[in-house]
Amino acid sequence: MQWEIVIGLEIHAQLSTRSKIFSGASIAYGARPNSQACAVDIALPGVLPVLNQGAVERAIKFGLAIDAKINSPSIFARKNYFYPDLPKGYQISQFERPIVEGGHVSIQVGDREKTIRLTRAHLEEDAGKSMHEDFHGMTGIDLNRAGTALLEIVSEPDMRSSAEAVAYAKTLHSLVRWIGICDGNMQEGSFRCDANVSVRPLGTEKLGTRCEIKNLNSFRFLERAIDHEVARQIDILEEGGRIIQQTRLYDADRDETRSMRSKEDAQDYRYFPDPDLLPVVISGEWIEHAKKSLPELPEDKRSRYVKQHGLSAYDASVLTVTRELSDYFDQTVEMLPGQGKLSANWIMGEVSGRLNKEGLEIAQCPVNPEQLAGLLRRISDGTVSGKMAREVFDSIWSGEGNDADAIIAAKGLKQISDDSEIEKLVDDVLIAHPQQVADYQSGKEKAFNSLVGQVMKVSKGKANPAQVNSILKRKLSE
Amino acid sequence: MLINASLKQLSLLLSEKKISSVELTSEFLARIQTLNSGLNAFITLDEEKSLAQARDADEMIASGRSMPLTGIPLAQKDIFCAQGWLTTCGSKMLSNFVSPYDATVIERFNQAGLVNLGKTNMDEFAMGSSNETSYYGPVRNPWDLSAVPGGSSGGSACAVAARMAPAATGTDTGGSIRQPAALCGISGIKPTYGLVSRYGMIAFASSLDQGGPMAKSAEDLALLLNLMVGFDERDSTSLQRDIEDYARDLEKPIEQLRIGLPKEFFAEGMSTDVASAIEAALDEFRKLGATFVDISLPNSKLAIPVYYVLAPAEASSNLSRFDGVRYGYRAAQYTDLENMYKRTRAEGFGEEVKRRILIGTYVLSHGYYDAYYLQAQKLRRLIAKDFTDAFQQCDLIMGPTSPTVAFDIGEKCDDPIQMYLSDVYTSAASLAGLPGMSIPVGFGKKDRPVGLHIIGNYFKEAQMLNAAHRYQQVTDWHHRMPSDVKA
Repeated sequence: MQWEIVIGLEIHAQLSTRSKIFSGASIAYGARPNSQACAVDIALPGVLPVLNQGAVERAIKFGLAIDAKINSPSIFARKNYFYPDLPKGYQISQFERPIVEGGHVSIQVGDREKTIRLTRAHLEEDAGKSMHEDFHGMTGIDLNRAGTALLEIVSEPDMRSSAEAVAYAKTLHSLVRWIGICDGNMQEGSFRCDANVSVRPLGTEKLGTRCEIKNLNSFRFLERAIDHEVARQIDILEEGGRIIQQTRLYDADRDETRSMRSKEDAQDYRYFPDPDLLPVVISGEWIEHAKKSLPELPEDKRSRYVKQHGLSAYDASVLTVTRELSDYFDQTVEMLPGQGKLSANWIMGEVSGRLNKEGLEIAQCPVNPEQLAGLLRRISDGTVSGKMAREVFDSIWSGEGNDADAIIAAKGLKQISDDSEIEKLVDDVLIAHPQQVADYQSGKEKAFNSLVGQVMKVSKGKANPAQVNSILKRKLSE
Repeated sequence: MLINASLKQLSLLLSEKKISSVELTSEFLARIQTLNSGLNAFITLDEEKSLAQARDADEMIASGRSMPLTGIPLAQKDIFCAQGWLTTCGSKMLSNFVSPYDATVIERFNQAGLVNLGKTNMDEFAMGSSNETSYYGPVRNPWDLSAVPGGSSGGSACAVAARMAPAATGTDTGGSIRQPAALCGISGIKPTYGLVSRYGMIAFASSLDQGGPMAKSAEDLALLLNLMVGFDERDSTSLQRDIEDYARDLEKPIEQLRIGLPKEFFAEGMSTDVASAIEAALDEFRKLGATFVDISLPNSKLAIPVYYVLAPAEASSNLSRFDGVRYGYRAAQYTDLENMYKRTRAEGFGEEVKRRILIGTYVLSHGYYDAYYLQAQKLRRLIAKDFTDAFQQCDLIMGPTSPTVAFDIGEKCDDPIQMYLSDVYTSAASLAGLPGMSIPVGFGKKDRPVGLHIIGNYFKEAQMLNAAHRYQQVTDWHHRMPSDVKA
């Protein structure tokens, strides 16, 4: 039987606020256990939550970026359950009236574009951490993370393969960093995915029973966990079995998923509106303010690149992987009007390649957009060839010089483009190599390339190859 | 006589340096020493701390930095977190909890130079109407040691009634300031919800809890309210309003005052002794020039059932933090995490608290939420609307605070429903978020005190205090004190 895979993702993005969502404690990563847990985070008797407006503002920005509805008033609710790293015995989250409802993003899978719909995005606080090692059979609790602001982003079950799921996760990962609401650091848990996976016979409407896979903290794990889960479900179904709705945990070490709890153990969270927090009223003014503070969004940039700079959809999507890369491109091309394609090729090729090789981010690139534009200008006006330009690029990269023109002059890399100078070189070569001339004239085409090579050699590679070609051709036919 | 002096008189003595705060504090501490063993009004006393504060207050006065009420000792309900003080909330669960921080209310009193006399007994987590649910044992009514003082602020009411403290703090969720004030023959006011910060006040039912003062007279209440009320950015439900002087209108004539008498509050349920004391009090108001309007609060009969859905619902969640993990009581023996939770909470909470956690958990559960919690929220709005309509016709609403005088210790212990009905008149105003107060207006059966309940419109505390003060100028019930504790 042909099976169709159905995937929906829940993504927890840690918001880049300086302090926690309901207290003034810092959220800096890696501090000594419990050194960043204040009275509110520890849930001492009598303490109360106060909403961090910065978290709300970030959620609004996200909602605007995905073209969603911003709910006002938005309501905070308590999700009640007992766990040692949940200090209050409830998590402040949102249930009815989440701050962001609906919306969509478009993802690129290969050369295909697809729209994924979002269900909602809501604000909530993170729990602390339980540490089971080093405590001699006991458990240590670190509440530094407790109360950190999270945006839980829930998609519709719109994805049909692990590749689409990864593309969607990457798109959101890029977007939240793009609009500056989350640092996207997956190792530190700033961006975590849970996947809801089910399969159904191709062509049927009814959704299959789903399993939720938790703890997916890399795109690779996301892909592998989904592939495993899909295979597991199909195996069960093809052997006449039945999928049991459950939560499964991905074990990266063993590369498998295993059951955490089934639906029968599902807790009743007894959600109810948190009486300690007033409904959040979001004025049109606030939304306008957030709108103004949003940068040009990746989708808008992509279509502008295609329209304004004549880039392919693929190139446009590569350049908009991060806001920093696209800014680099924007700054370069601003100084080089009409050279969008040349700039794109260099940034995606030479610049990105070198960055990858050295493990650097674009922000750390030793060649700044102004320097790159200076270099590319000399390619476009014929001063240097592509090959020479790479040499100049290396020099700027390694700090030998600051400016392409200075390096070209200092190294004497300037291309010979003067017709009379090239004619003189050609004449010299023709006199020095009568045999090749004779070969060419007797119909041996290969001899022409050899003559070009000789001209380039005597010019130390500086002669403009196009001009050498045409002058040589003219001279040989004279 | 010092122990029966008003706050105004005590302040004058202090500012004129006729008495020091240390002397005043010592006098009350000495009375507590004598009387507390019989009354059990205080859970925690710390002479050293109290006297240190008194010395600081004397210094403030000496250096001309004194503020209104600087140097006055005050009994604090043990629901308010006070730094360095054991703060138990009347529960075994917090029997070892020394608060590392001050509640906003405590902080405001400290800044004004008032002295913390000690932490008063209360029903466990403020759940009770008789002070019998306290882990620290029942408080006795100073007017009759076989009677309850009311609850949950029973320790505070008892302390003021027995003149062990000039005044005290209380908190009121469904009547916990007003009912014990009535049963102990003192004055108490629960302000409009949101006026007094809840930060550091251990939560029972967050949408209802409100702190307020308990004292001998309306005048004292006004002065204390001036210190307690104020916006607090640490409490999201705290209201941002202009500061007002609650004593400003105390002396105003009340000739234009229209008093609404809800027919529902004067119907069956009210005992005859209470009814006659209330009638007599209303007569005084008539003599002062007030007029009476018959009003109706048709949904107020639903207040008790609505209250006993919503308050336990919030409480069941608020009390989840008491899990033995980070502070407070933890069972000595347990086998694993779940067993630790179960034993800790089984051993740490008393019966009434467990009963309310169970009710609250039930009404929030999947499948019951709509029928109970949501339905109760809708009714809560209807109850509030009744008051809004009523206040179109009158300025204040009056009636009995409690249907009976103080009952005997043990009398209602085994009948939670009868106990819950103690708040039949007070819980409606709580659900509406309205200010309510109780003042002493005489005595009923067995010479036990009767309280008059006054409900005002939102933010009309000054008007309520004005009416109460005018009444207290022509009566002396608020000056009376129990004879056998006069010593």
